[in-house]
Amino acid sequence: MEPTASPPDAAGPPPGATRSTVTLHVNGVPHRLTLDHRTTALDALRVHLGLTGTKKGCDHGQCGACTVLVDGWRANSCLLLAVALDGSALTTVEGLADADGLHPLQHAFMERDAFQCGYCTPGQLCSAAGMLQEAADGHPSHVTPDTVTPGAPVELTADEIRERMSGNLCRCGAYPRIVEAIGDATAHPAAPPVPHTVHGIGAVSVNGGGRTAS
Amino acid sequence: MKPFAYLRPDTVDEAVRARAAHPGAAFLGGGTNLVDLMKLGACAPDLLIDVGRLPLDRIEELPDGGLRIGATVRNSDLAAAPVVQERYPVLSQALLAGASGQLRNAATTGGNLLQRTRCAYFQDVSTPCNKREPGSGCPAVEGVHRDLAVLGHSAHCVATHPSDLAVALAALDAAVEATGPDGARTVPVTALHRLPGEHPERDTVLEPGELITAVRLPPPPPLAHGRYRKARDRASYAFALVSVAALLEVRDGVVHHAALAYGGLAHRPWRATAAEEALRGAPATADTFGRAADAELSAARPLRDNGFKVPLARRLTVSVLGALAARHR
Amino acid sequence: MSHDPQPVPPEAPRHPLGAPTARREGRAKVTGAARYAAEHAPPHRVHAWPVPATVARGRITSVDTTDALALPGVHAVLTHENAPRLEPPEDPAVAVLQGPAVPHRGWYVALAVADTLESARAAAEAVRLTYAAEEHDVTLTPDHPGLYLPKEVNGGYPGTRERGDFDAAYAGALVTVDATYTLTALHNHPMEPHAATAWWDGGHLTVHDSTQGSTKARDDLAALFGLDRRDVTVVSEHVGGGFGSKGTLRPQAVLAAMAARVTGRPVTLALPRREMPAVVGHRAPTVQRVRLGAGADGVLTALAHEVVTHTSTVKEFVEQAAVPARVMYTSPHSRTVHRVVALDVPSPSWMRAPGEAPGMYALESAMDELAVLLDLDPVELRLRNEPATEPDTGRPFSSRGLTRALREGADRFGWRPRDPRPGVRRDGDLLLGTGVAAATYPVLIFPSSAEAHAAPDGGFRVRINATDIGTGARTVLGQIAAEALGVPEERVRVEIGRSDLPDAFLAGGSSGTASWGWAVHKACRALREDLSNRQHPLPREGLAVAADTREEIAAGSPYARHAFGAHFAEVQVDTVTGEVRVRRMLGMFAAGRILNPRTARSQFIGGMAMGIGMALTEHSTMDPVVGGFTERDLASYHVPVCADVHTIEAHWLDEGDPHLNPMGSKGIGEIGIVGAAAAVGNAVHHALGVRLRTLPLTPDAVLPHLP
Repeated sequence: MEPTASPPDAAGPPPGATRSTVTLHVNGVPHRLTLDHRTTALDALRVHLGLTGTKKGCDHGQCGACTVLVDGWRANSCLLLAVALDGSALTTVEGLADADGLHPLQHAFMERDAFQCGYCTPGQLCSAAGMLQEAADGHPSHVTPDTVTPGAPVELTADEIRERMSGNLCRCGAYPRIVEAIGDATAHPAAPPVPHTVHGIGAVSVNGGGRTAS
Repeated sequence: MKPFAYLRPDTVDEAVRARAAHPGAAFLGGGTNLVDLMKLGACAPDLLIDVGRLPLDRIEELPDGGLRIGATVRNSDLAAAPVVQERYPVLSQALLAGASGQLRNAATTGGNLLQRTRCAYFQDVSTPCNKREPGSGCPAVEGVHRDLAVLGHSAHCVATHPSDLAVALAALDAAVEATGPDGARTVPVTALHRLPGEHPERDTVLEPGELITAVRLPPPPPLAHGRYRKARDRASYAFALVSVAALLEVRDGVVHHAALAYGGLAHRPWRATAAEEALRGAPATADTFGRAADAELSAARPLRDNGFKVPLARRLTVSVLGALAARHR
Repeated sequence: MSHDPQPVPPEAPRHPLGAPTARREGRAKVTGAARYAAEHAPPHRVHAWPVPATVARGRITSVDTTDALALPGVHAVLTHENAPRLEPPEDPAVAVLQGPAVPHRGWYVALAVADTLESARAAAEAVRLTYAAEEHDVTLTPDHPGLYLPKEVNGGYPGTRERGDFDAAYAGALVTVDATYTLTALHNHPMEPHAATAWWDGGHLTVHDSTQGSTKARDDLAALFGLDRRDVTVVSEHVGGGFGSKGTLRPQAVLAAMAARVTGRPVTLALPRREMPAVVGHRAPTVQRVRLGAGADGVLTALAHEVVTHTSTVKEFVEQAAVPARVMYTSPHSRTVHRVVALDVPSPSWMRAPGEAPGMYALESAMDELAVLLDLDPVELRLRNEPATEPDTGRPFSSRGLTRALREGADRFGWRPRDPRPGVRRDGDLLLGTGVAAATYPVLIFPSSAEAHAAPDGGFRVRINATDIGTGARTVLGQIAAEALGVPEERVRVEIGRSDLPDAFLAGGSSGTASWGWAVHKACRALREDLSNRQHPLPREGLAVAADTREEIAAGSPYARHAFGAHFAEVQVDTVTGEVRVRRMLGMFAAGRILNPRTARSQFIGGMAMGIGMALTEHSTMDPVVGGFTERDLASYHVPVCADVHTIEAHWLDEGDPHLNPMGSKGIGEIGIVGAAAAVGNAVHHALGVRLRTLPLTPDAVLPHLP
């Protein structure tokens, strides 16, 4: 992150720079952008980079349509300021698959007709990709039985998928199909989880598992 | 949203000094609440001090058997940490009952505690709100307040605190470590959040320049079981109507240790000390649990449309304590 | 792992119609390539941000845009003082920035235009307006002195209908039900906020708009701006849901077009989510009194459905909730009445199955109450009240599959054996119950036109300004064309979603596939005929045939034409918290020929999911103090999440009906929500043993009645 004006002096008057130059690695491609600090990751993607696959549904973290993977972790890009993501790697729906193929989740969503209007779909797909990795990493959910060994991969029952995907609204009501599609993708032998990089949204070190320190 | 400057300090000291130098500044953690409020115009800092990457991202086991949770540990990591799941299940459960997977990946421990009320009038800058604009009035008292407070509110503010995490921490006797211009101090979570009184604009006892750096948990009561339960309008991704965090240890059919805290009832996570007093030494029966809830909730002063929270809190109390007691049989 | 066992239907039937063809735009949607209205970025595009009124009634007394215009990157601030004048619109709700009057809170009063979204938002916040606020009245009460009898209700139905002598028949009935049901306002909240990107090229206006029908949007914009329709193009290639709220022209298109004219730049305006409830319509709240009189056999002798609702002071829109009672059950004596009051509230409008969705909640709840009184199985009660002809008109039904839908649905759901006693099935802290309700939705068909083209290479192209709001319109029109042409679907290209294509009706009233499909079918049949009569090879430019269905549709039908259905639900009521959740749901539909089982099933299920929201989670409060909707965002207005929607099955009858259209189809977009909330509510009664007559059934409503 480089402020476009002189760096603020922590002891002086309020710093004046309201724009900074940041580097965002989007779908494997580094982009240097000079952005208004008010610009969210979502608007940086949609407006500045023309990557409109990521959707704006509510702009307040209440619908999940803007979900992207930040260093492998799913997050609402509408609540992330681009300036705070300097150096981060973002994966959007445009980058889920390799080259011109489809990610198994994309394939499963088409097979199961797991969408109608399609507006929540990119967020559902990115959320599902992040969610699969979370479950594999042993992250529990609200419905995970307390008999499950902490830290062990969590089996994704339909109830688990429903709870874990509840941050992504679908007004067309495709939920039953979405749950089936994600179930299909988990069973798919070639379903590659989108790997987390070592630098998480908040790179963190946890005793006994989780993210490693930055 | 007005333009603002941005600073990402490398150390806590640097962050605190920057904040002290700029009265219009705010600390930015995960941003899940602050960015939301800035878009609404309910908060308008002219400098964001990004503390999200400060080296406060560790969960440490303490020599006394407790735990020290760095302020920037993400909610999802905290909930997933085996040490938390094994020794403080109520904490893990509370976190997982809140928000969504996406939000928990971004929200920090410190930020979660400092989130602002979800009262509709606070969020809508075109309406009066004493919390947002002191002295402007509180339309919620006469207006729409189904989700608002029944305990500890004032004529000036009937807002509730929305955190699930804070409720569990209140029951666990946690304390926050904060650093300000005058040095570091420790504040019990139960004393962190204020009641609104005449100054609802102040959510917590922290001074404007103070930064939460960690949450410290004492060792869990060795034989107590814990549980968090939340009632809400939809099955997931909704704020609590009422929630309860409980720890209970029963010996020979008698309550030996009990800790109880409520969410969704007040301007702060509500540690139910009167209920705990009624529980201690009493037989672990539904009758006792109900009387304990009554002891706490007799102080409730519901508004026109939120009286349901009182019986809901009572029912949750009896159910959760009953389930915990059953595990001692 | 176990998942809901409802596999995608088997592949490869012999005919394109009825095949489970995958969505043509599916790949574009799952890869993010599909562009919606705000996602078109012509060179030099700028962004707009609206300013909503902060009083519920009054007048703007002063406007100060100095601060806003002084911000960097701001191009213009439009207010009623400087905005382009519009011709008087057909819908007064789109006459934005035309005067100082504020008819409701959230009415748009200014628009800021700037280089960036951030600057536009800041400029909108910096606009200073003062108002002379007047006292407002936003509260609907069943005895409001302003209530009146509207001549017509939505859909063009008469506001009041009387048949026989209801009062005498009701007074003489052996068994009576008199119950009043109360529904809050509901909000459509499609996932794509209403958005438009507009620009002027000389005198030509082009708008990418999130609309359910760009032919009508084009005509309305042309009228507003005093243009010939040929000078306006509206494009709606992909639309992120609508559920009625994008059925008519909305302020975003008008404001974007105004701003583009003033600034000379392409302008994008996407409405902020929390402002939508005030400006894109809502389902009006209703208070519905239903009175049923019956004999010991359960056969109705008297039926009254009286609806009280609100409209705005801007325009009259009356939710036609009593209309389905004119269709559903036999009764010699009937009264169906609407009363409405104009309040200082946002204008209500269409939301998925307007009229039927709220009306059938009340009627089907009352039928359940009657079944309980008579100790009669609620499926059986409905079977006993099947009319021979449409009760209100005496016309024969073109087809009426309700009896079969109830019977076959009951079998598939495992309805029997059912212990009718309420409040006796327990699973730990949970009380369980099952409920049934019927569904109906009219068959609506509107004139449309289409063009079919054959190329010398053997390819075909169909052009029609249909709109795909998520229904799969492209796909099913390709199937219809292929069937009519007698060629494989892959050889048919389908062009939709632009107003310079042949005119077509909007995607609404579950009429799209029937209306568009008929025109496509007609054009393709004519083309096929031409081709078969042809002696010479096709010229290089190919051969095109146009068709429209004005005559066919004007001819009308002597039949009463409706789709029917039956919903079955199993719920659990948590006796600790009062939380109600739907465990499983099954819908059985009789909707003519199902043209694409894959996309049809998705629509049925989607409607049922929205019905779960209506029954359990979606609540909107009209704030009497500040005079506006309180739950305006998606954190407080509870659209169901994935965890609220468990197993939902949708099935249908193989219903042949020769009196519909060449495809034999009825509409399917709305019937899924009709009756769904009643089935859930009836199941809650069965679980709990208490009749709750106000939706949604959130914990606060249920708690006082828990054991």
